[in-house]
Amino acid sequence: MKQLVILSGKGGTGKTSVAAALAHLASAERPIVLADADVDAANLELVLDPVRQEEHVFMGGQVAVIDPELCQLCGRCYEVCRFEAILPGEDTYRVDALACEGCASCVYQCPEGAIHAEEQQAGLWFRSDTRFGPLFHAHLFAGQENSGKLVTMVKQQGRLLALDEAASRGVDEGRDLLIVDGPPGIGCPVISANAGADLALLVTEPTVSGIHDLERILGTVHHFRVPALVCINKADLNRTHAVSIEAYCRQHGIEVVGRLPYDDVVTRAMVQGQAVTRFDPEGAMARALGEMWARVRKHLDGAGANPMES
Amino acid sequence: MIITVASGKGGTGKTTVATSLALSLAADAKQAAPHTRLTFLDCDVEEPNAALFLRLRLDRYEEVGILIPEINVERCTYCGRCAEVCVWHALAVVGRKVLVFPELCHGCGSCTLNCPEGAIHEVLHVMGSLESGSAGPITFGHGTLDVGQAMSVPIIRQLKARHLAEADHELTILDASPGTSCPVVETMRGADYVLLVTEPTPFGLHDLRLAVEVARDELGLPVGVVVNRGGTGDPGVEEYCAREEIPILMRIPLERRIAEAISGGVPLVEALPEYRPRFVEMYRSIEREVASRKEAP
Repeated sequence: MKQLVILSGKGGTGKTSVAAALAHLASAERPIVLADADVDAANLELVLDPVRQEEHVFMGGQVAVIDPELCQLCGRCYEVCRFEAILPGEDTYRVDALACEGCASCVYQCPEGAIHAEEQQAGLWFRSDTRFGPLFHAHLFAGQENSGKLVTMVKQQGRLLALDEAASRGVDEGRDLLIVDGPPGIGCPVISANAGADLALLVTEPTVSGIHDLERILGTVHHFRVPALVCINKADLNRTHAVSIEAYCRQHGIEVVGRLPYDDVVTRAMVQGQAVTRFDPEGAMARALGEMWARVRKHLDGAGANPMES
Repeated sequence: MIITVASGKGGTGKTTVATSLALSLAADAKQAAPHTRLTFLDCDVEEPNAALFLRLRLDRYEEVGILIPEINVERCTYCGRCAEVCVWHALAVVGRKVLVFPELCHGCGSCTLNCPEGAIHEVLHVMGSLESGSAGPITFGHGTLDVGQAMSVPIIRQLKARHLAEADHELTILDASPGTSCPVVETMRGADYVLLVTEPTPFGLHDLRLAVEVARDELGLPVGVVVNRGGTGDPGVEEYCAREEIPILMRIPLERRIAEAISGGVPLVEALPEYRPRFVEMYRSIEREVASRKEAP
């Protein structure tokens, strides 16, 4: 099974709109699986009209809990905590659960044995049926850690479903493509979304921020040895910057596979809860996305060689 | 006063709003209120972009990260206590060898405290850097997470610690990263007000709700909204804010000329100076809201 991850570095460049369009185009050719790896602000379902099939609890890390009966107010926990998660109070010390990283340092240091660590629910994950195939997505509760772990879980479930289906049908060819809609940034959840991918499609825009962030996300996927392709969204918004992205990519041996116009049809499709290729199949945007998908597919079918290492 | 600019959804215009607010107040301070000391911290350490919009002189640089264990082999008895207490599995004792995995370590120091031989000391594991300087009257700082590193919170924490410790700032503006997880919470923690920038689309609304959950419901902070790229015809954000009694402090329409200016690194209030008084007015209403909450706790 091939994994295509859609990333951007900068937020709001159009990852999810591109992911939905590619899901539409790809699913017309072969059965696919979808995963929304932006677990703290998951939006892919909003344009896929999903019907929820399963809901599961996601247990995150641990938090420290202080027993006020046993606490002697010595303040040792406050002293050793490096995350400002212990709040001194009048009659007991308290734990700020959002700040607590669950390191358990205070648990070991408390001379009264008044602190223990408790595993806590950090979110939910779901399987939904959509018009383009099964979607695995999640909701990380506000301010929780472990987004990387939840991202890994969502992707894993997608792969497992494909394997199960293949096994039950007695064939080794089942759903052979997992499309992962990634989170913004370059940190923990992005590294998890990118892990194990055969190909990363990086959606950028011709702005000073877009270029700056493209270089950093390219560095990140390269660091983890995933070959990358670039899509320039709103390509006609700033010709100068679009040209410099093209030049930068050429210099680094990265193919620019898509040049999408600045077009409010994307927003109109989103407001209607639709992939843009389905909302306006004859428009310039759908055409550009169709051409891009053809190029991406070629790379997926022959995936393996990393252009950045050649 | 500390104002955190956040959004939930990425690319809604956090940096546009945060830099324009700072520039408008700096210009206003020169004319009307020269006493205002203004600090701007870009806390989106994964993708720090505010520097691209401010004319900066950066004159300080330091490497930052977390403290990770280093084993003194003379003292170590390979008892395995350090590995036992590490919830991140960042240490492993294999025969007469202690392995340290820096990328798993959170720098909590529990191993050091638990080592019965006192055989662990800690060294800096660099994960990124802090830079600071000024943009005219604005004190500026930002952090940058090194490519390939996973944890941005330690960088944000140290950026805030460096600047907020010098306590006489009258106003600090923090530009947050997108999302609602730990880096965003770290950027909101300790703020007096959270300004949420959204766009009137289903994605914008969905993520605005999540950001309100974090800022208002979890952290108990007052929130206000800027609706950017207005005119989509989607009433969802306006209806939500009315229902939740969240003030909409500014509306910026979707205009190609604004998008073009920003694409070239020109701040909104330089491209369209008529927005300056609106940003100053927005600040005044935030100031009034924060003051009224302080009077009636």
